[in-house]
Amino acid sequence: MRMLRFILKKEFRQIFRDKTILAMMLVMPTVQLIILPLAMNFDVKNVNVAVVDNDHSSWSQQLINKIGASGYFRIVAAAPSFREALEYIEREQADVVLEIPPGFERNLVREGEQHIGVSVDAINGTKAALGGSYLLTVIADFNQHIRLNERGKPVPGKGVNIGITYSNWYNPLAEYRFYVVPAVMVLLLTLIAGFLSALNIVREKEMGTIEQINVTPIKKWQFILGKLIPFWVVGMVVFTLALTVERVVYGIWPVGSFALLYLFAAVYLVALLGFGLLVSTYTDSQLQAMFVAFFFVMIFMLMSGLFTAVDSMPGWAQDIAALTPVTHFVKVVRMIVLKGSTFADVQKEFLYLVAFAVVLNSWAIWNYRKTS
Amino acid sequence: MNDKVIVCEELTKQFGDFVAVNHISFDVRKGEIFGFLGANGAGKTTAMRILCGLSYPTSGKATVAGFDVYKQQESIKKNIGYMSQKFSLYENLTVVENIEFFGGVYGLSSAEIRRRSDRLVNKLGLAPEAKKLVGSLPLGWKQKLAFSVAIFHDPQIVFLDEPTGGVDPITRRQFWDMIYEAAAAGITVFVTTHYMDEAEYCNRITVMVDGKVEALDTPGNLKARFRAASMDEVFYQLARGAKRSAD
Repeated sequence: MRMLRFILKKEFRQIFRDKTILAMMLVMPTVQLIILPLAMNFDVKNVNVAVVDNDHSSWSQQLINKIGASGYFRIVAAAPSFREALEYIEREQADVVLEIPPGFERNLVREGEQHIGVSVDAINGTKAALGGSYLLTVIADFNQHIRLNERGKPVPGKGVNIGITYSNWYNPLAEYRFYVVPAVMVLLLTLIAGFLSALNIVREKEMGTIEQINVTPIKKWQFILGKLIPFWVVGMVVFTLALTVERVVYGIWPVGSFALLYLFAAVYLVALLGFGLLVSTYTDSQLQAMFVAFFFVMIFMLMSGLFTAVDSMPGWAQDIAALTPVTHFVKVVRMIVLKGSTFADVQKEFLYLVAFAVVLNSWAIWNYRKTS
Repeated sequence: MNDKVIVCEELTKQFGDFVAVNHISFDVRKGEIFGFLGANGAGKTTAMRILCGLSYPTSGKATVAGFDVYKQQESIKKNIGYMSQKFSLYENLTVVENIEFFGGVYGLSSAEIRRRSDRLVNKLGLAPEAKKLVGSLPLGWKQKLAFSVAIFHDPQIVFLDEPTGGVDPITRRQFWDMIYEAAAAGITVFVTTHYMDEAEYCNRITVMVDGKVEALDTPGNLKARFRAASMDEVFYQLARGAKRSAD
């Protein structure tokens, strides 16, 4: 234990000596947590619509006004023909073309039915799908409205209308920030812990100081633990900072227990630092370590359900997702923060994370060789 | 037998087809300054790394301080000091912090570390620099500090791998004074070098050529045997046939 104390003293001194890195470790995640969620807004707004009104009737005008007033769309152009409207899409000035055919009002009144054309630029898939469906909702609403108001009563026989009432549990206003902010917090913790630890041992290899360590009676586990503990402390500080930013900037306050959240963060950090140290023991230079860590962190980020639902991935991808500690941690963070889950609800994830922590760190200790 | 602190028999290290150390055998006696000479790439560092427990031999036998180099590396490490070719103290720690760390790692008590550290800093004339980062010191001082740290815990044997590379002649002289002092205090010194004037300072020397021990004797005996006026000539006669190019 005395030996470990000397190692820790040395590691902490080195961390605190480099004030630039220290500031970066604390300031960067804070700034990123303030900026990134704003950019990762999944709400689709400002869908640009080019309108081709071939009818010029009062109803077609009403429909256009309704779309413009919905808050999701901007009417960017009124084109005389569909071909010209399509040019707006080609120039990326419009996302959707709404084509109202001639006789729109007349057909609606006389025959109670009229088709209109909606063409969507599907390059940005999310915007296309959501923008398109919003537009359809607005049109359906308009449809319902004219049925009631212009005809005085709903049209019978045209199919029964089923009214749907939504209620969003755990995120009542379905706000993206409740989904994204905890994810970004996990992401930043992952980056800080993963990279710092991955670069650390390999730095001693580059400097040649590892040789001096290897020729001392330091035990392998003491060395690894000496590297792990200081970064663990840094990670917990970053986590606390992130929770503060969540509260102050986004008004998110965990519904569940803080103790449980910290318990998970503590285990998660051990697992992730173990991953970084493992990378560090396998690589010979900081550049190599950086690339390897980046490779895995990319997989962690995109497959862990940080931004997309793991449930909608193909089976093999779900299997890979289950093999990254991030998946389990982000799930638990969302459950505790939004749902107020208790330990009983998340004990399976807890066991997963403990297993990751034990396996990755043992592997790192095993792979670190004092004699080659 | 008991005064032999290092015993090597047919020690070999092979990297693929390349035989870095080729069946070398020698003993080092307690308290002697044992010089290990050879051109770059002759296998000096590889042999030394095996003896320090940093590298596994491919075959042969060796014991250091009575411990086996295959199985008891960690016991060897408790009994030796090592100064590598590459400067390997922490440049972003101060002089005193480096001393404290390595002292602590070898199990010295905090009080003992403080006492020895004060004495060492004064002896090296580093008192005004004690709180400066090691990275800011001139090379000569760094090397002297590295040597002092290597023997800070009073090891039985200290291994020095080209300790005076790139150091000015005056500092080299002072460095050798420190080596003599350590030897007088009972520490066995195992030193590699390719400065032939330094070879003259050793009690016995081994000349390695292409991974093999070509000669082992006192400097005086070697000069007599090769009818040479200086160690330089001895070395030249032995190393002329070397096939390995410098690394």
